[in-house]
Amino acid sequence: MKFTDEQLERYSRHIILQNVGVTGQEKIMNGKVLIIGAGGLGAPAALYLAAAGVGTIGIVDGDVVDRTNLQRQVIHFTPDLNKPKVESAKEKMEAINPDVKVVTYKELVFANNIEGIIKDYDFIVDGTDNFPAKFLINDACVFNKKPFSHGGILRFDGQTMTYVPGEACYRCVFNSPPPKDAVPTCSQAGVLGAIAGMLGTIQAAEVLKFFIGEGELLTNRLLVFDALNMTFRTAPVKKNPNCPICGDNPTVTELVDAEQAMCDLRSRM
Amino acid sequence: MTLVGCGNDTKGGKEVKIVVNGKEQVLEQEKLTVTELLEINKVDMPDMVSVQLNGEFAKREEFARTQINDGDEIDFLYFMGGGK
Repeated sequence: MKFTDEQLERYSRHIILQNVGVTGQEKIMNGKVLIIGAGGLGAPAALYLAAAGVGTIGIVDGDVVDRTNLQRQVIHFTPDLNKPKVESAKEKMEAINPDVKVVTYKELVFANNIEGIIKDYDFIVDGTDNFPAKFLINDACVFNKKPFSHGGILRFDGQTMTYVPGEACYRCVFNSPPPKDAVPTCSQAGVLGAIAGMLGTIQAAEVLKFFIGEGELLTNRLLVFDALNMTFRTAPVKKNPNCPICGDNPTVTELVDAEQAMCDLRSRM
Repeated sequence: MTLVGCGNDTKGGKEVKIVVNGKEQVLEQEKLTVTELLEINKVDMPDMVSVQLNGEFAKREEFARTQINDGDEIDFLYFMGGGK
């Protein structure tokens, strides 16, 4: 790949890194990443990945920008209210870096469409806000051998792990969605806006490391942080022989849409 | 069932030292199950936690009869469903 002078300048702080260099930057620019959810996690991930010059970034979200989003979803601005989130995100990503090709999917992922959406991408970022989607992303990625980054946040806490085919998956750790009545809704639980930025940015860093092939991914490790006390911990996890999808006797053999009460603040108002 | 401080073994029974989420806990109860350990640690929604015992995931349906022993390392890994 031939870099233009502008590109050499734009990516100079990457290129100067020993672990990136021209070759690593080239890999980033050839990368295709899909971000599912243009919200708290997806927003910082999309901004950093666009800035980094990832060649193709797909972004999936069926919602429009809501005033309650603006406290943390930093890719959406006040004038974007009521605009589809994928459109709002695309505008900002292209404004940061016109090199990036942004593909939008104004829809939610379900068992019947997720495989068609992920198939064109090298890496998937889970930026969704509910367990059915998180388990669906895991299952689709395990079945289709796609690496992905799991991310979850709640109140002041965050967790993330990186799946690569053959290693521990989300179900190895969390087995199956928790009972519906045990899950606190977003409006009950709340989240400190900056937590979303912390976690989504860790996910973006994992994507870039995956592309350049340097360092250790959060594979077989669950990173957990508590920002209230600002403590970070990495719990080693390993492939679970009892895992319902990748264990010795799998019971999950096809994609399904799990049920969950929708987390919708508006319906409570 | 209470947590005791270091070395103050008033009941004369054997102390059990375990590591929970990377931190040492000293318990005065010798026979202890995962369910009881969750209670001691005030985990009020056990359905929202995965338990790893010495690197192996405990089966949820067996929490009540999975024994914790001296020297065990336990991780409570919470479900976190947020992201938007």
